[in-house]
Amino acid sequence: MSAEALDHAHDHAHDHDHEHHHKDTFITKYIFSIDHKMIAKQYLITGIIMGVIGVAISILFRLQLAWPEESFQVFKIFLGDSYAPNGVLLNDRYLALVTIHGTIMVFFVLTAALSGTFSNLLIPLQIGARDMASGFLNMVSYWLFFLSSVIMVSSLFVESGPASAGWTIYPPLSALPQAIGGSGTGMTLWLVSMAIFIAGSLLGSLNYIVTVVNLRTKGMSMTRLPLTIWAFFITAIIGVISFPVLLSAALLLIMDRSFGTSFFLSDIYIAGEVLHYQGGSPVLFEHLFWFLGHPEVYIILLPALGITSEVIATNSRKPIFGYRAMIMSIIAIAFLSTIVWGHHMFMSGMNPFLGSVFTFTTLLIAIPSAVKAFNYITTLWKGNLQLNPAMLFSIGLVSTFITGGLTGIILGDSTLDINVHDTYFVVAHFHLVMGISALYGMFAGIYHWYPKMFKRMLNKNLGYIHFWVTAVCAYGVFFPMHFIGLAGLPRRYYTNTNFPLFDDLQNVNVIITAFAIVGGAFQLVFLYNFFVSIFYGKKTVQNPWKSNTLEWTAPIEHMHGNWPGEIPHVYRWPYDYSKPGHDDDFVPQNVPMKEGEEQLHH
Amino acid sequence: MTSLLVIIVLVLLAVALWQLTKIFDLTQVGVKANNTGVADDNDNKVQGYLMFGFLAFIYIFTIYGLLKWGGLVLHTPASAHGGEVDALMNITWILIFTVQTITQGLLYYFAFKYRGKKDQKALYFADNNKLEFIWSVIPAIVLAGLILYGLYAWTNIMFIDKDEEVIEVELYAQQFKWTARYSGEDNVLGKANVRYIQGVNSLGVDASDPNAQDDKVVTELHLPKGKKIHFKMRSQDVLHSAYMPHFRAQMNCVPGMVTEFAFTPIYTTAEMRDMPFMQEKVANINNIRAKKSIELVAKGEAALDPYTFDYLLLCNKICGASHYNMQMKIVVDTPEEYKKWLKDKPTFAEELKAEKAAPAADAATKGTDSVKASQPMTMAQVVKK
Repeated sequence: MSAEALDHAHDHAHDHDHEHHHKDTFITKYIFSIDHKMIAKQYLITGIIMGVIGVAISILFRLQLAWPEESFQVFKIFLGDSYAPNGVLLNDRYLALVTIHGTIMVFFVLTAALSGTFSNLLIPLQIGARDMASGFLNMVSYWLFFLSSVIMVSSLFVESGPASAGWTIYPPLSALPQAIGGSGTGMTLWLVSMAIFIAGSLLGSLNYIVTVVNLRTKGMSMTRLPLTIWAFFITAIIGVISFPVLLSAALLLIMDRSFGTSFFLSDIYIAGEVLHYQGGSPVLFEHLFWFLGHPEVYIILLPALGITSEVIATNSRKPIFGYRAMIMSIIAIAFLSTIVWGHHMFMSGMNPFLGSVFTFTTLLIAIPSAVKAFNYITTLWKGNLQLNPAMLFSIGLVSTFITGGLTGIILGDSTLDINVHDTYFVVAHFHLVMGISALYGMFAGIYHWYPKMFKRMLNKNLGYIHFWVTAVCAYGVFFPMHFIGLAGLPRRYYTNTNFPLFDDLQNVNVIITAFAIVGGAFQLVFLYNFFVSIFYGKKTVQNPWKSNTLEWTAPIEHMHGNWPGEIPHVYRWPYDYSKPGHDDDFVPQNVPMKEGEEQLHH
Repeated sequence: MTSLLVIIVLVLLAVALWQLTKIFDLTQVGVKANNTGVADDNDNKVQGYLMFGFLAFIYIFTIYGLLKWGGLVLHTPASAHGGEVDALMNITWILIFTVQTITQGLLYYFAFKYRGKKDQKALYFADNNKLEFIWSVIPAIVLAGLILYGLYAWTNIMFIDKDEEVIEVELYAQQFKWTARYSGEDNVLGKANVRYIQGVNSLGVDASDPNAQDDKVVTELHLPKGKKIHFKMRSQDVLHSAYMPHFRAQMNCVPGMVTEFAFTPIYTTAEMRDMPFMQEKVANINNIRAKKSIELVAKGEAALDPYTFDYLLLCNKICGASHYNMQMKIVVDTPEEYKKWLKDKPTFAEELKAEKAAPAADAATKGTDSVKASQPMTMAQVVKK
């Protein structure tokens, strides 16, 4: 099969060479590019812009939570009168901000930007392919993502407000404009945007799968793939399995909203009248939503873990510990992730017996997760750690993955979930385990592959500052949240001082907001570093991190087709770091085995 | 004003930090010619020590948090099953803290200990089946234990024994208030559907159902201590969640279906107020409120009322603009007090009769009602346009 793939790749190479010579206008090079490296950069920059919006929104509503109903100049400037008359944030607009923050961060930053950037950049380069299987679909995928981003952001400017029913958009709240203003035009835009987003995401995922299966270079067997590729590959598969279900949920919700069907609605009396809906169930929506929603967590996290595996191995100058166990864990996590969605619904009114089943499957997922964490730690053991910024973020990821993951044992246990469900405890848990962890993975990837993308290095000292302040602030924000959650404070409350029960939690909220502001502000250091280094960064050498994977065998200068001559062949796995019997502490994958050299891994 | 000050301080702090790092950067100029953007031995050393420092930060922050905020966490549960939940919670916490301390310790200690040096060579160590077997099996066994305990407790809590003697109470949710309906003498709730909502019958109870006649609709939830209460939840508009944190009880209220939860309150409101931890908590809250009141009065606003503890039923599923303020007071009485309280409440049949008997007065009483009712009406019209 590999040979076949190779031929195929060669064909591609010729095609691209032609294109390369004949037309390379500004538009084909920078805008409607079908080169995976350019598309990766497009994803990254769009994602960064969305990330800035998402984080900025979170800081705005953190201000409200710390100093409820006070007037802020920032609200006047950024939100204006429709959100915050006289600078005091309105209660329904608070929910709108929370909703859009969640949506942007989950889908647009951590799904599309993380996966989109690094799957696109690394899959062809690391498996030794000229480009994606279909460059055109790849381009369409990006532009659908871009279009959906524009629609989502534009919904912020709708007069009646953007979607305000939480990022989970449970009906009936999301279906009835009478229930909350944001469920009018804002919600329509949300649904349209997400439908386009899903289409884009599916095209991307299918492309990744086909590319990994078909276009590996000679010698690149599945068990010689870098763990990044395994992670992207499995992520794409769960994306293809679960995203269509969200699309169907969105379509049915559109029907209920616009065409009077009753898939999710029944027996509703609102605004003084009985609505005609009969026989639907919001619980059905919850099932459909979380059938995507839970795998979604791993769609976000697995690429981050894949990046981390690669970065930790390279910078430890050591093979990743338990390569096959890591692959098995990825597959096990992916499989289990599709059968645990019910743990979001223990309190939804579904049959408690289902709760038992989902508790069982949920706690099972802790096993492969634990294996991964232990394997990372063992990889560090007796290494020769090169503490580059990417490495720091990877270690940070393992740390927050453990801290956040452990509290999952509480939330995944239906009995314990009764009292912490939908409290700030949940907020703390998922922000650490998937939010911060995945962001760290993304930062690790950016710091590590920046030279590959932009041919220049990021400033490492700014990187160090960025990491340490972020690391302290991330714990500073989310660690105290566990306590206010355990005190029973529900999430999505506009303020917790409206009645006295939670008055004693207010000073904790102030501390959280302070950390959030500092942490958010220091992301500016990263932005500065990122954008300035594109133009003024130090020029890179071809393989700055002395890494084994194939992307570093490609020339610094980008070209259609990635390698000027033949595609390199692969003779070994990607983790031969510090292998005895070699002069260097790394042996790239395209170096043939020495005579009598032993394959030391299983 | 304080908020503004805090923000200014934070911004200044950030600027100061930035400047400091700049100075740090400048001092590095010339010391070494490494500007390749790749970590060298010096970087590894500094970052390695910082890793170790961060481990200390995590440990200290954890301990600080436990001491400073540990007291905020919900204390003695007020329901019979709450003890079981809390026991499982505590076991899980012990496990979590143990694993957290060990793994974070190893992670950051290794990051410090094995920081890179020029002449250091990493160990080529790719695989060890025995190790991997051990750390797959240990979590599996520990989790099996937790799962069994959890499932046992879950089954006890969630499956309501049909033969058991329970008091049936309906919790009725709507934007943004709670109403309760007691089943009366027959202990059977009358049938209900939103399509019956009319006038005084705001819960849509079926007036033709004989079981409904003795039902009692109230806006404050009273529960007798020591009796199992079987809650049946309904919602008339969007999803809500009936969350009673002190009782370790929660269940969503779903339009179109009836959801259930049952528990036995074991401390009356008065008993709970007398508990030392609660007195301390209330005193603390009152302190905070007193301080805030001084500020408010200075601004010419009304002072805050002092706080006395009451159980609350909160809404815990995003339900609209005033979600944060959707609550109902719960009073746990002794069985005698409870009986006395309930006896005085009119039955559904009586309320209906009263409504019919006073059609003239109806307009007047509705006057107060219509403030609430008319607002949604106009909203509906706006929407229809």
